[in-house]
Amino acid sequence: MRYLPKSPAERKQMLAEIGARSIDSLFEVIPAEYRLDRDLDVPRQQAESEIIDYFRAAAAKNSTGYASFLGAGAYSHYRPVIIDTLVQRGEFLTSYTPYQPEITQGTLQAIFEFQTMIAELTGMDVANASMYDGSTGAAEAVMMAVRVTGRHKAVVARTVHPEYREVLATYAKHQGLPSTLAGYDQETGRVDLAALDAQITSETAAVLVQSPNFFGVIEDIPAIAAIAHAKGALLIVSIAEAVSLGVVRPPIEADIVSMEAQSFGVALSYGGPYCGVIAAKEKYLRQMPGRLVGQTFDSNGYRGFVLTLSTREQHIRREKATSNICTNQALVALMATIFLTVYGKEGIRELAEHNLAKAAFAAEALAAQPGAKLLFTGAPRFHEFVLSTVEEPSQWSPRLLDEKIIGGLELSRWYPELENATLWCATELITRAHIDTAAKVLAAGLVEA
Amino acid sequence: MTTDATNPAIPNGQRTLGKVRPHQTQNESLVFEKSSPGKRAYKLPPLDVPAVDPAVLLGSEHRKVAGLLPELSEIEIIRHFTRLSTWNYAIDLGMYPLGSCTMKYNPRVNEFVSRIEGLAEAHPYRPDSLSQGVLEIIDLLQRCLIDITGMDTITLQPAAGAHGEFTGILLVRAWHESQGNPRRKILIPDSAHGTNPATAAICGYQVENLKSNAEGGIDLDALTRQVDEETAALMLTNPSTIGVFESQIHKIADILHAKGALLYMDGANMNALVGKARPGDFGVDVMHLNLHKTFSTPHGGGGPGSGPVACKAFLEPFLPTPVLTRDKDSAKHHWNYDRPQSVGRVRAFYGNTGMFIRALAYILANGPDGLRQTTEDAVLNANYIRSKLEDLYDLPYKTASMHEVVFSDKRQAAKGVKTGDIAKRLIDYGFHPYTVSFPLIVHGALMIEPTESESLEELDLFIAAMRSIAKEVEETPELVKTAPHSTRVSRLDEVQAARKPILRWKPETPAMIVHAGPHGSHDAMENLPTV
Repeated sequence: MRYLPKSPAERKQMLAEIGARSIDSLFEVIPAEYRLDRDLDVPRQQAESEIIDYFRAAAAKNSTGYASFLGAGAYSHYRPVIIDTLVQRGEFLTSYTPYQPEITQGTLQAIFEFQTMIAELTGMDVANASMYDGSTGAAEAVMMAVRVTGRHKAVVARTVHPEYREVLATYAKHQGLPSTLAGYDQETGRVDLAALDAQITSETAAVLVQSPNFFGVIEDIPAIAAIAHAKGALLIVSIAEAVSLGVVRPPIEADIVSMEAQSFGVALSYGGPYCGVIAAKEKYLRQMPGRLVGQTFDSNGYRGFVLTLSTREQHIRREKATSNICTNQALVALMATIFLTVYGKEGIRELAEHNLAKAAFAAEALAAQPGAKLLFTGAPRFHEFVLSTVEEPSQWSPRLLDEKIIGGLELSRWYPELENATLWCATELITRAHIDTAAKVLAAGLVEA
Repeated sequence: MTTDATNPAIPNGQRTLGKVRPHQTQNESLVFEKSSPGKRAYKLPPLDVPAVDPAVLLGSEHRKVAGLLPELSEIEIIRHFTRLSTWNYAIDLGMYPLGSCTMKYNPRVNEFVSRIEGLAEAHPYRPDSLSQGVLEIIDLLQRCLIDITGMDTITLQPAAGAHGEFTGILLVRAWHESQGNPRRKILIPDSAHGTNPATAAICGYQVENLKSNAEGGIDLDALTRQVDEETAALMLTNPSTIGVFESQIHKIADILHAKGALLYMDGANMNALVGKARPGDFGVDVMHLNLHKTFSTPHGGGGPGSGPVACKAFLEPFLPTPVLTRDKDSAKHHWNYDRPQSVGRVRAFYGNTGMFIRALAYILANGPDGLRQTTEDAVLNANYIRSKLEDLYDLPYKTASMHEVVFSDKRQAAKGVKTGDIAKRLIDYGFHPYTVSFPLIVHGALMIEPTESESLEELDLFIAAMRSIAKEVEETPELVKTAPHSTRVSRLDEVQAARKPILRWKPETPAMIVHAGPHGSHDAMENLPTV
């Protein structure tokens, strides 16, 4: 086996030095009836070329070459080449959690830079070293708010990503943490402030909203914060599209921000691995989940970085820990750090402005087709929009696929009241030609209908 | 052991110790400190739609003050992160014997195939009809893992080991609820990983500690006494964290099952069992795997991982949604969301798909014979280390070792040298330390897991280093207590880091940070030459 660095003679020599009769004698501690006496039922050992052939064939079956208007929490942005060049350096790729700071300063400094960039972008004081993804990060943020406030209820906007809400429900169910849903305004697509206000009580630990929300609409964070804070609840803002922060005002009134950083240079990869992160006001630091890197000095006075405040964590606090999280998404956080360094202060703004322009053009072009109209036009959007069509999406979708275009995502799966409504996303990778083709296809069906 | 430590002809900073000799690393400041306005590392294509005025489109939602991100050119970014990378130790540089972490070789073909365009660029919401390739990969991996564990079914959704524990205990809870009582407590041995009790607490269970017996295993009498009608499950790591197989495993399962409790297995140590024994055969009801341990996906400085949960058929109705299903007629795969008894979602989308691809590539590269040989080599390596060090380091449990061996610092502590000091000294010899002070049942633990990836040559160098350190403890204990001596930074002040946490760079921080260490004042802004 090509990964195993031993010759048969060396194995024999080692067994002899241990004083073992055979390799199987080392497994005799396992009761005989539980020892496997057959080969595992897995494919036979493959050559490297066969492995590549297998995955290439699978990738081809995945129907490549489509332009996609899909967003909804997973965004297609250009990934600069040097991201993969750098994260594939073995010193980053094959290193572990930096528990030994003297020989992991590279990872530690990169995480410190990540924490700084996330705090800068979100307008929060501090950020952690990463969470699994945006959905689990949002659930952990709610649990953090429960610890901070000592209260045990949550109010969640229906405009939060439906799968994030499902994950929160799974986490909350067994912790005596009931949550209620606040609906949205039909005109703006924003959370209904009156409904939100009515649901927050003196028992509400946290209000969870997303901005830009699942419909692509930017929530009125100052107004929501005022409502939440008036009743002593914390405001958690979930951000699923991190690139929006290049041009959209950060949610500085929030107490906790839970972000999915996939947009910062992370491949779509059919849903993961992505990169969640929690940022917060400094006063809530001790209740944060996950790892934190802090600056310090070594015994010679040189600056260095260490994992810190680990008394919050499971390996020290066990059942009293702030979370059970151990492994996080460090290498993916490194991708985000490199991405943000490549684009930098000006680039992230320019990139976000390109997204804004593409989506504005696409929304107008598609809505101009007969039978199509935009929903939720009463509030500003980033790069996603909801299109309502007279024709059912199941009618026009196959025609778009014929043109090698994947159209918007049907919303009725999660919002039954939004029949024939689809969520479209136009990032900088969508071209005018894609938009023109999509518009033409929509128009064709509508005319025939 | 090769050492020039006493050769006066060689300057102190250039001497060989074991397999290493010091070499230069480049200084590099924080990326923010290197920034200067107007530098660019990007170029966007010309906008092919009309430009918009964000202030008009966004109104009061327009961001007027940009975040303070760095401004650098591409070559500076390459150098920045390359220089940082050279400050890390890694599997690619040498043995990384962190017990419980299974730091094995991360094959590069895994990285290659995970980046194939049709896989890396697949959006999770693309129609199932356009995703058959990735669904086939997921299906094949699921079938392989089911056979490897001897279980009946599996979910790949959990993002890491602790997330898998959470999912597994939710399955336990949902099953008990379906039987009329979720029960109140989870039993956890005192040798367990910290994630186990933290997980039980998050799932709404009381944690009840189970004391290990004299061999470091499960005490059957204590277990019998503690299991009752309110016990939901025992969370068991097998082989245990001291690297020992629970030879009474079938009795453990029987005791639990007699009271209607379930057996959860933490699969962190599955690298000792693959191809040799299957948890499903020895009474385990539900378990998680760590693809980043047993199945070679890279640790990446702390993640990403992947923590599939395999279970017996009676737990299948409770698996997280969605579940991958194959249509019998068309042979097409699709996601099934119609799961009324499901515990719900534990993560958006389907899990860390990129890790599934890597793990499957690893299984294909090995085949059944390679997987078995891998396990045998992992166990052989641990036993080899044990036999070569047990005369110098105290072995608190004499039970047969599997994939890892746990010593204690008892003999060295008598000289005032602790496991943490020995670990730091190992760094000077060119090795990453073992896991320090874990498991908690061993006072001053040295937990060593070599994995199968170490050659006899590397093992012998490690053994020589450990033996040399044991000698140093006797002769020059201060040398060990103040280690490491060859790294870019010496021991770091963790107390100060926690007392007044500095968790981000701030522009108002003076460019030059001068800190008076015990050896005088140093320029900590490392990009400036000191004269």
